[in-house]
Amino acid sequence: MNRVAGLVVLLWLLPAWPATAQQEAPAFRTAWGDPDLMGVWDFRSLTPLQRPRELAGKSVLTVEEAAAYERERVALLDKDRRTGDGLSSAGDVANAYNEFWWDYGKELTDDRRTSLVVDPPDGRIPDLTSTGQARRASRREMRRRDAWSPVDRGVAERCILGFNAGPPMNPSAYNNNVQIFQAPGYVVLLNEMVHDSRIVSLDGRGHLPGKMRQWRGDSRGRWDGDTLVVESTNFTEKTSFSGSGQAMRLVERFTRIDDGTVLYEYTVDDPDSFVSPWTVAIPMKHSDQPLFEYACHEGNYGMTNLMESARAVDAQRAVSGAQ
Amino acid sequence: MRNRLKTTTIAGVAAAVLAVAMSFAVQPVEGQAGYQAERTADGRPNLNGIWQAIGTAHHDIEPHAARFGPVVELASHGAIGGGLGIVEGGEIPYRPEARAQQQENLQHWLERDPAAKCYMPGVPRATYQPYPFQLVQTPEYVLLAYEFASASRIVYMDRPDFEAPVDSWMGHNIGRWEGETLVIDVTAQVPDTWLDRSGNHHSNSIHVEERYTALSENHIMYEATITDSEVYTRPWTLRLPLYRRIDDNMQLLEYKCVEFAEELMYGHLRKDPDLTPTYRASGYGSDRQVTLEPPQ
Repeated sequence: MNRVAGLVVLLWLLPAWPATAQQEAPAFRTAWGDPDLMGVWDFRSLTPLQRPRELAGKSVLTVEEAAAYERERVALLDKDRRTGDGLSSAGDVANAYNEFWWDYGKELTDDRRTSLVVDPPDGRIPDLTSTGQARRASRREMRRRDAWSPVDRGVAERCILGFNAGPPMNPSAYNNNVQIFQAPGYVVLLNEMVHDSRIVSLDGRGHLPGKMRQWRGDSRGRWDGDTLVVESTNFTEKTSFSGSGQAMRLVERFTRIDDGTVLYEYTVDDPDSFVSPWTVAIPMKHSDQPLFEYACHEGNYGMTNLMESARAVDAQRAVSGAQ
Repeated sequence: MRNRLKTTTIAGVAAAVLAVAMSFAVQPVEGQAGYQAERTADGRPNLNGIWQAIGTAHHDIEPHAARFGPVVELASHGAIGGGLGIVEGGEIPYRPEARAQQQENLQHWLERDPAAKCYMPGVPRATYQPYPFQLVQTPEYVLLAYEFASASRIVYMDRPDFEAPVDSWMGHNIGRWEGETLVIDVTAQVPDTWLDRSGNHHSNSIHVEERYTALSENHIMYEATITDSEVYTRPWTLRLPLYRRIDDNMQLLEYKCVEFAEELMYGHLRKDPDLTPTYRASGYGSDRQVTLEPPQ
């Protein structure tokens, strides 16, 4: 957490965030007096969730290193480049998702961190417990086989949850944004992926009964000073975030650190799955762009195609096996 | 960006002051029983809350007697209760060929109803699906979050000139206040949604003007005037009350119905001809011997 405090201090000192923020502090209040987090917030980032192994021991890059890293990553993600494959159809398929689709951003976090994970200090998600390892192995087995049923596929492919919407939210391939709405007693987190409104009540009520399990868990909020703290429990075994299970207790913190930035931090506490809790910090930038409707399931031709091809492979195998 | 935000804030405050002034000047405006709603912090009628329709309009918005349902096993649970209808004047003023289309849709309800596949229900159907929705008011937006299919609508309250960037399932929603009434202009809806479970339909020319007016602390009168000259001979209006869900600790729950529709949509492509593992886990189905779940 010291590292997070350090990040806040650093952001105050950066020239891009002049010291006028203090004078404007009253502007970050809603008409009914709650801290004001409303707006569309963009959480794309080139900073990886976990620190790459080759950067072990280096939590922050220098300005020059960061610029080089950003150039390298952007070039790597540029699928439109032709790399000796000529114009073959295989090359086209490999490049089907090009820069028009990818929206990882072009920059690291402002403090040039090498991982979004800030705790543990090595920037890596802690090891899985034996339960967590068994769960991961069984999921891998389901993904590996040829789609016996849609249930074999991931929740994002099935259009049940967005791949970056969580909870917790995490930068991914595209549509890295969330719109925050507030009314007395409520905060709503609406992710473009997949048009999901997470309605967080602030009235201190308890969580749902333990036997009620939800894809996104059950969220409750409170104010800790100017920070919104959202605690979620009641997750299911059907969703998994980097190895988490249904016992995950997720604590998210949203702090408006200036006009254009909400610092989003979350801690995954799931002793069933991880040997220790871990914390991530992601600065979210204000966007003046509207959210679009991401009608995922309505246009999910991919699932039909994937299932059809899996059955075609079965049929081929049956023929070759018979011969 | 800072200047822009400041300007917005000042404009918002000015609008709020004006709204408060107007609400005193012209009250009671048009609350049907002369009711004037409590005000939000920015002086608008406060419609925040969790709301739900009661009745059988989700089955059929036109007047209908009780009738058989299509699934024998569901017997009295799956039959369709009668209803007086919510269409002003009784029947939808279809063009003859459009009425024929509705009748054909009705015959093929289970295969064709887009909401059965857990597609977003569109407007106005989302309002009277038998699931609650939550209305969240801010000075710049009204958010309508529906339990069914996690559908949502962002209503822009301060951008009257914002044109639809693209067609969508829940439409492009531009709102305004007319005295006591929240008015939402809904355009750019895809033609793929229905109006109920009886095959009532529209084209992508549909234009819906919705009106939400509080009748009391716990009731809203909902009206939707629908214009679509490709399908109807004239604009027509549907109207029904919405009820506040006053249950203790009421909250929207998840109704992520994709998983409930996967068998209908992809079942013919399953490897195992038997029921899906999900169905088995629920305890339905005759054969629970075979498991597709991975070993634990």
